[in-house]
Formats: sequence, structure tokens, C-alpha cells
Amino acid sequence: MPPQIKRLALLFVLFIGLFLTLKYFLTPKSFGEFGHYRGLALEEGKLKVPEYTGQKACAECHDDMMVLKMANEHASLSCETCHGAGRIHISSVDSVVVSPPKPNTREFCGICHAKNAARKADNIKQIDLKEHNKGELCTKCHNPHSPWQETK
Amino acid sequence: MQHLYEMLSKVDGYIYPNEIELNWSILIVLYPFITGLVAGAFILASLERVFKVKVLKPTYTIALLTALSFMMVATLPLISHLAQPQRFYEIMITPHLTSAMAIFGFVYLWYLMVVLLLEIWLDYRRDIVLWSQEKTGVMKRVYKILTLGVTDLSESTVKWDDKLGYFITIIGIPSAFLLHGYVGFIFGSVKANPWWSTVLMPVIFLFSAMVSGIALVMIVFMVVNYIRKQVIDMACLNEIAKYLLIALILDFALEGLDQVHRIYEAEESFNILDILVKGKLTYTLFLFQWFLGMIVPMVTLATLQFVKNRNKLKKRLYMMTGILVLCGIFFMRWNVVVGGQLFSKSFYGFTTFKLHLIGSEGIMMAALWLILPCTILAFLFWLLPPWKRHEV
Amino acid sequence: MARDEVKSRRDFLSKAAMVAGGLFISAGASPFASLLYATERKSKTGPWYGMGIDLEKCIGCGRCADACKTENNVPREPFFFRTWVEQYTILNDGTVHVESPNGGIDGFSQKFPDEEIFKSFFVPKMCNHCAKSPCTQVCPVGATFTSPEGLSLVDPTYCLGCRYCVQACPYGCRYIHPVTHVVDKCTMCYHRITKGLLPACVEVCPKHAKIFGDLNDPKSELVKFMKDHSWQVLKPHMNTEPKVFYNQLRAEVR
Repeated sequence: MPPQIKRLALLFVLFIGLFLTLKYFLTPKSFGEFGHYRGLALEEGKLKVPEYTGQKACAECHDDMMVLKMANEHASLSCETCHGAGRIHISSVDSVVVSPPKPNTREFCGICHAKNAARKADNIKQIDLKEHNKGELCTKCHNPHSPWQETK
Repeated sequence: MQHLYEMLSKVDGYIYPNEIELNWSILIVLYPFITGLVAGAFILASLERVFKVKVLKPTYTIALLTALSFMMVATLPLISHLAQPQRFYEIMITPHLTSAMAIFGFVYLWYLMVVLLLEIWLDYRRDIVLWSQEKTGVMKRVYKILTLGVTDLSESTVKWDDKLGYFITIIGIPSAFLLHGYVGFIFGSVKANPWWSTVLMPVIFLFSAMVSGIALVMIVFMVVNYIRKQVIDMACLNEIAKYLLIALILDFALEGLDQVHRIYEAEESFNILDILVKGKLTYTLFLFQWFLGMIVPMVTLATLQFVKNRNKLKKRLYMMTGILVLCGIFFMRWNVVVGGQLFSKSFYGFTTFKLHLIGSEGIMMAALWLILPCTILAFLFWLLPPWKRHEV
Repeated sequence: MARDEVKSRRDFLSKAAMVAGGLFISAGASPFASLLYATERKSKTGPWYGMGIDLEKCIGCGRCADACKTENNVPREPFFFRTWVEQYTILNDGTVHVESPNGGIDGFSQKFPDEEIFKSFFVPKMCNHCAKSPCTQVCPVGATFTSPEGLSLVDPTYCLGCRYCVQACPYGCRYIHPVTHVVDKCTMCYHRITKGLLPACVEVCPKHAKIFGDLNDPKSELVKFMKDHSWQVLKPHMNTEPKVFYNQLRAEVR
């Protein structure tokens, strides 16, 4: 075999060897466990702590509110639909209670109840925000947990 | 984030909210542009070697060195555009075989190491050995290293250089087709994008690559002769121009076929693409890509086929067409890459795109990736001058 | 009788040959099929998650998009969404108008007078977790993949940020996260569902318009939803086999 081809073959083998060594050391250990990805990625994806705790967690302390809500129009709403994620509130210690928001603006209620052609009348009650009791807060007449109950 | 709010006000119609910013910008325009230059230049070189077009002899090494210098830069725009550039090695160690992009590392290495470097080394081996004996000081050592320790110049060994080199050129042609056809496949296989998704895409990319590569070698050939104050080999230049014309005609026919097919089939996406082409792409597509980049060069070159002598005029016109063709192909890549992201996949509207001067995706960065291969080419001409080789 | 026997034997032989031939061919072709198509086998043992969306019930409150941003650290700017809500308005003249101001988080306001409207409705969008997902097919390194539960997930520690998957998704469900600089998308709240909770968007939906469930469980709410409604998926011609099923989906929706 001519000398330059011998030399090239040697370099080629060295190169492949280097590549395979690098591949061995750089490939993550759990790669290919379940498919062409890092198997540990699945476990890592589970680690994050949920922000929305679900209404069972709310009911543990606020059972009165829960009973009221479940008996009325807003029964299908989760507490966190309006009050936002509960994790911080639940994990707050007695001395510093972080209260969840209690949104009561007309715009907030309008997110669901503003009149819109895309909302079916039999699916959701709607009002014209520009006409209906202009300037008043919705909560003046409606209790969010029991919309048709008279408010104090 | 401020620029995104500005863009939001310029959105036309409805786009999915995540579509506001273009994901692939000028750097990804450069990527097919540069690899196209490589493939085209190599194909021109192999015309001389494999198909024995003897007139093209003076351009053989020039074309190879041009291909090599652009090849060395080809991955840099890609890597610099990654959001996590330090992880680029993953594409080599865990390539995902269903991904068109994953094979890039291997196709690239194959082409760079096995085809270009080897062919140039075998072609230059005798000269490198002789230079390593003639030169003194640092340069002697540099050439010594380049010989890879093989100084055997016996007749049988040198004959092997030629044999193997010829064999590699033969492998090189399908490899060049693979390299660039494959770049086209990266776009052509995205079924979500009707502007890209066409089987013709790899073929169009291939022929436009040849067009741009031949034009580049033509320009380099003229510039080298100009700088070295040599009388240019007109027969060779005319021949390159002839091949450029043939490649242009083929490319034009393919692109025309693609557009005619699109218009005639007029699928679901046709309306939005129609508005795209007649609106946001008017100048870059009709004026730059087709008129200035294709029709004008084609008419000029075709006319020059019938002109005898008038060498001064011919040289000027060749230079002009070369530059026009390069710009035209650049805009072809632009229209594919950027054009394909301007319309929403909902087909209900358009986002907007503004190129910035500075920044990691700016014009300056792009200019760097175009100046760098030219610098490398100048260096290679100095290190391995094709005009100072030893007569056999 | 004897003739019948011969015939049945011949039948048997030809059938056996067909089966053997079929097996032979499919055995040869199957490894290539996995290279050519994004075929993901439906998991037989574990769960195979999907989502039902009832457009009849959706009132476009955008609570899903809002909760998703909180739950998953999605940037609040209106350019990044794992889920969002669109309002389609088809006018009497046949023109289709679509909008999704801030993904629907701040609510919608009606843009056209009632007289001009032929039909209007909301469409919540999210990752379809396609069974033949084009996004995981194109990932060059295996940083996005289909989990054993049939979800398209991203490994943020492995993603290059090449954005090929963003280009490949026909539904616009992926974006580059401006803080982590890797691709981000809906995980069907993988960290919640693996703890037995519902995805955040489902949890807060006031109308139960979103139904999360296991397609492998014949008693799941999702399977029931799919039996009771004539559902449709988005862009079925893409053959991505989405696992988000819409009730009352109209042809205008893309």
C-alpha cells in the first residue's frame, strides 16, 4: 500500500476513535432509556410544584364558602378561576398571610359576562357593560359566591 | 422586548400569537447561500477532472480552494444563530435520525474531511513536499506538518495521488449533490409551511447552488488574474460563462415549474402566498431574484455567446453578471427563508420583519460570515498558490 | 367432498403464503417506517393522554391562558403562549375575522355589530400533542420527544434552540422562551397530571369546556366526550393525528 494512503487511513482511524471516545463521555447517562431522549427529562419534568392547588385544598379551611358556592350559579367554577393560584396563600404561615386577590371590577366580571355575539344566551348570562347599572360595582348587587342572593 | 410591541402594531390580519418574531433570520439565509457556493464551486472543479473539460484547467484548484474556504465557514452562521450555541456538539453525539437537520454534522464532515480536504491534499501533495524542502524557517515547518510525514515522491506513489484523487472527485459529485440537495430538503420537508413544502425544493436548491458556485469561481478567477496582473485565459472564462448560462437556464426552468405548479394547483394556501408574493416579496422576488438575478444575466450571457473577440467588454459583462447572479441567489435564499415565515400558518395574516444593523442576527454579523471565507481564501492562495506549483 | 378438501387446503396454503409474505415484507419495511414517518405507537399499557374541547361551552374568558402563564412561568408579554383563545367572527358577507388580543387573557370585546354577524365563536388553542408529531420528528438531538404517555415534551437542559421544531409545528404552539433561551410549549401540565391533578387550564375553566383524559381508559370522561360528540381535529390533512378533539369545530378554523 502506498505510504500516503497508509498515513491517511491511520489518521482516519484516529479521528473515528476520538469521535467515539467523545461520544461515549458526552452522551448523557439516561439517554435512550425510553426513546431517543434523556430518560431523566421525564422525572425532571415532574418536579415543578403546582401553583393551582385545586378546590379541595381551599375547602379544607373555607368550607362555608365552598358550600355556598356549590349551591349556586357559580358551582362549576373552581375557587382559583377568580382568586388565582392558591399555592402561595396555602403555604403562607400564620404571621404573614398572603391573601389571594378578590377581583371585583366590572371589567373582571365582564371577562365572562360582557355581551358578545360569540356567547350563547343559554350558555352564559350576559349584560351590556355600557348600559347595565353604569359605574356601579357588580358586587354591589351580586354576591360572587351566590349571584342572586341579596347582598348586605 | 420593546421591538416586539412595535412589531405587534404592524401585524396584518391574524397571526398565531407565538408567530410574531421570525425564528430564522439572516444567518439562516446565509447558511444555504454559503453551502450552495461550496457545492457549486466543487461541481465546477469536477467538470475539469471527471468530465475532462480541459479548457477549465486554470480554474480547477481555484474552484477547490474557494469551496474549501467557504466550507470552513458554512457551519458558523448556523451555530451562532442557536439559542444555546455551546450545546452544538449534541447534534453529533445523539443525532436524531428522523430529523433532516441531524445529519448535517455528518454530511458536513464527510464533505469537508473526506472530499474537499483529501482531494486538495492529494492534489497538492507533491508541491507540499517540494516546498517543505525548498523553504526555510517557519514556513518549512508548516509545510512539513502539511506533508503529514509522508515525503515519498517516487513515481508509483505520486501516481496513487492522482488515482485516489480521481476516485474522490467521483465520490465528490454525488456528495456535493447530497450536501446541497439535503439543505433543500431541510426546508422542503416542512409540511407545516406551504411556501417551503415542495419536492422540487432540493433540486431547486441544487441548481441554484451550481449557479452561485460557478458565478463565484468566475469572479474569483477574474479578480485573481487582475491582482496578479496576468492576461486572463479568455477561452476558459468563456467556457465558465457557458456553464453558468446552462445552469441558469436549468435553474430558471425548475423555479418556473415550481411557481406554475403552485399557481395551477392553487391549494388551500394559495391565497395567502399570492398576497405574500405580490406584497411583501415584490422587490426581493420579482426584481432582485428573477429580473436582476436571473433574466438579465441569462440574456447577457446568451447574447455574449454570439459575440466574437471584444474581450474587454466581455470581461466587464461577465463581472457584472457574476455579481448580479450572486445577489440574485442570495435573494432567492432570502425569499425562501424569510418569505416562508412572514405569513401565519393560520393563513389569516402576516407578521413583519425588520433587519437590524447590529446584534447577533444583524447585518454586521452576516457580513462577518461573508468576509471571513474571503479572508480564508486569500490565506489559502498565499499558503498553496496555484500559480507557483511545480511542473511535473 | 374430496374436492372440497383440496380446495380448502389450497386456500389454506395460499393464505399462509400471504401471511408469511406480508410478515416478511413488513418485517423488512418496519424499521424504515420509523425513520420515514413520525410513527409513535399508541401506548398499550399506560395512559395515553388527550384533551377534548367543547366549543359549545367555551365563553372565551381566557382563564385557561391566564392560569397557564402562572402555572408554567410563561412570560406575561403577549408574544408567548402555551395556550390561547381565538375569537372567530364570520360576517354575513362571508369574510372571516380572527382575533386573539393578548391571547384572550384580558377578555374580548365584540368588534362588529350584531346585524353584520353570521356566526361568532371562541376557539381555545393549545399543543395538540400529535400522535405523529412533526415537531418531535425534526428535533435534531432528541431534546423534544413523545413521552410514554403520548405527550410532546421538551428537555430544556438539552435543547439547542435551533427552532426547527417551531417551524415544523403547523399549529404555532411553540416559542423560544426569552429567559431560558430554549423552546417552550404546553406539557399538558406534566408536573400536575403525574400528581393526579388536572392541567391548570382545565382546573380553572368555568364551563368545563376542556376535558382532560386518558384515551386508553374506556371509562374516562374524555372517551365519553368523544363518544357523545362528533369531534374534529385541527388541520386533519396534515396527518399529524392530533390528540386535542374539538366539538363543533367549523371549517373556518385553522
